[in-house]
Amino acid sequence: MSKRTLYNKIWDLHKIATLPTGQDQVFIGLHYMHEVTSPAAFAMLRETNSKVLLPHRNFATYDHVIPTDNQSRPFLDAEAELMAKTLENNAKEFSLNFFGLNSGKQGVVHVIGPELGITQPGMTIACGDSHTSTHGAFGSLAFGIGTTEVKDVLTTQTLALNPLKVRKIIFQGDLPKGVYAKDVILKVIATLGVKGGLGYAYEFAGKMIEELNMDDRMTICNMAIEGGARIGYMNPDETTYKYIKNREFAPKGDAWEKVVQYWESIKSEPDAEYDDIVIFDINSMEPMVTWGINPGQAIGISESIPNLDELPEESRKTAEIASKYMKLKLGQEIWGTKIDVVFIGSCTNGRMTDLRIAAKILKGEKIAPNIKCLVVPGSQMIKEQAEKEGLDKIFIEAGAEWRLAGCSMCLAMNPDKLVGDQISASTSNRNFIGRQGSSTGRTILLSPAMAAAAALAGKIVDVRDYL
Amino acid sequence: MDKRLIKIIKSKAVPIQGDDLDTDQILPAKFMKEITFDNMGKYLFYDYRYDDHGNSKNFIIDQSGFQKAEIMLVGKNFGCGSSREHAPQSIKRAGFKAIIGESFAEIFTGNCKALGIPLVTTSKDNLTSLINKISTNHSTEIEINLETKLVKAGELSYPIELKESFRQAFLQGIWDASLLLKDNLQKILNKDKELPYNFF
Repeated sequence: MSKRTLYNKIWDLHKIATLPTGQDQVFIGLHYMHEVTSPAAFAMLRETNSKVLLPHRNFATYDHVIPTDNQSRPFLDAEAELMAKTLENNAKEFSLNFFGLNSGKQGVVHVIGPELGITQPGMTIACGDSHTSTHGAFGSLAFGIGTTEVKDVLTTQTLALNPLKVRKIIFQGDLPKGVYAKDVILKVIATLGVKGGLGYAYEFAGKMIEELNMDDRMTICNMAIEGGARIGYMNPDETTYKYIKNREFAPKGDAWEKVVQYWESIKSEPDAEYDDIVIFDINSMEPMVTWGINPGQAIGISESIPNLDELPEESRKTAEIASKYMKLKLGQEIWGTKIDVVFIGSCTNGRMTDLRIAAKILKGEKIAPNIKCLVVPGSQMIKEQAEKEGLDKIFIEAGAEWRLAGCSMCLAMNPDKLVGDQISASTSNRNFIGRQGSSTGRTILLSPAMAAAAALAGKIVDVRDYL
Repeated sequence: MDKRLIKIIKSKAVPIQGDDLDTDQILPAKFMKEITFDNMGKYLFYDYRYDDHGNSKNFIIDQSGFQKAEIMLVGKNFGCGSSREHAPQSIKRAGFKAIIGESFAEIFTGNCKALGIPLVTTSKDNLTSLINKISTNHSTEIEINLETKLVKAGELSYPIELKESFRQAFLQGIWDASLLLKDNLQKILNKDKELPYNFF
């Protein structure tokens, strides 16, 4: 059992009781909501004539179904319009903090929470969305939950949770040129497996983590869930505090000094005990790409798709299904795989750091003919900042489409979808069968830098040749 | 008897092949634009069951021998990916009452528990034997007993595992956590005031 970790400290501080089932009842200090997983929860509240217990701890925005081209109301998609309207009404009726399309603050929930300074260290956070793990980058425990649990948080501001084990993942060495946070987390998932994290919280540590900015830290925690871990987190430090300071919801004045003391106190102790420790040497890493139908089916850009006899027996069947679905032969190089679409965005890679590196590679260049390239900022604030820096012009001049904020083609609940068996190079988080809106559509996950290089070449290439 | 008590589930069963079947496969995102769960039962495994024109592909759960199955037999890491409760809702509304597998994703397991659907694990060999049994005779009934932690099918009997807290929740009929959570209202209100952070 782990002891004196950030996980243990925050859990203990927020624990309300041990339930008759043996589960812990844990106070949720911050609850985020979006339009897809919340409406049925509000319906349950109405059925039982219940109120939201602590409205001030609940924040909502819409992102999944929001169109990224034409956002005039009503939306062309009547179902999307109803979802948006329903959230607007629910937020109003139950007096929740809400960021609508006209607020200038709308965007992907896991992007706007941090950028508004709402997400801070030492919190318990929940949201009806698996990528809630993103917020762990600030040194919080952030849980993805289902709709019944959304209802529980709304009515009691608590959840019934099973304690987790803690695995410390230590990165040794320095990130080589052309290798980014996205490559690191894909490497972790490829090595430990998509179910390697079941039952665990992942604590990411090491000099590399300390040197990463908050955008990159969020990319890593965002995909902890893809490795099977319920949550991922990093200990907060000066980089964290500097990021939060002066943002809209950050504590100010005396309150700031006091809260920083609290944040310092919840770090894992030097003598903390862990259930497991794994060490990664990143000096020899190269850019990563997925070739299959789950994020663990990832290889270095210079590697070939594994042959069956190179895989453990339990992975072979999935590899065969993946090879058939992706129309990629086992044993062949991934470099040079032709693509149709490039998607740069999502809660994984839709932040300023991601857009800047993509723009750096696209600047003054033209994307390959017949490639559709969507660049979708994670929030309205990011869109504004990117335009201030002139990134929008770089994207448009290169032949890409500069869109409005939303989840877009990560899960294609809005009009941005693959068509038929199109293959996309995507900075999102999931390459599941049918994930990007077509039941035969194919997805290759990679970093924003790799995606930009792929857009120029019209195929999967090594971004190190473009830097 | 209190219908919330869940001790024994006995039914025909259907095997769903494959590991890492994610919630996008169980319930494709295109059906999440409905603001209620009412129709989710119809959309279970939709892209496996229907082609682009809505014609049946005769996926295993639609085959005549398996139509009345209330138990699913699955592989490893079933329910990984998105936290969408639409997936367990579709399973429940399609009439399934329990799932036996090699392993399950974490959020999915909690979502199923909240709906009163036990997910139990057993070894790959045991699952293979169970699948062979029902494949030879589709009408074989499988019995999951949460009290004895055994699964039985004819002469076969194997141990099953699930989190003890979830087992207690089913046996005591308290898998819907809402009432339990409300018991500690005063402590919750105190915690709201005590915590070193808040939003006003």
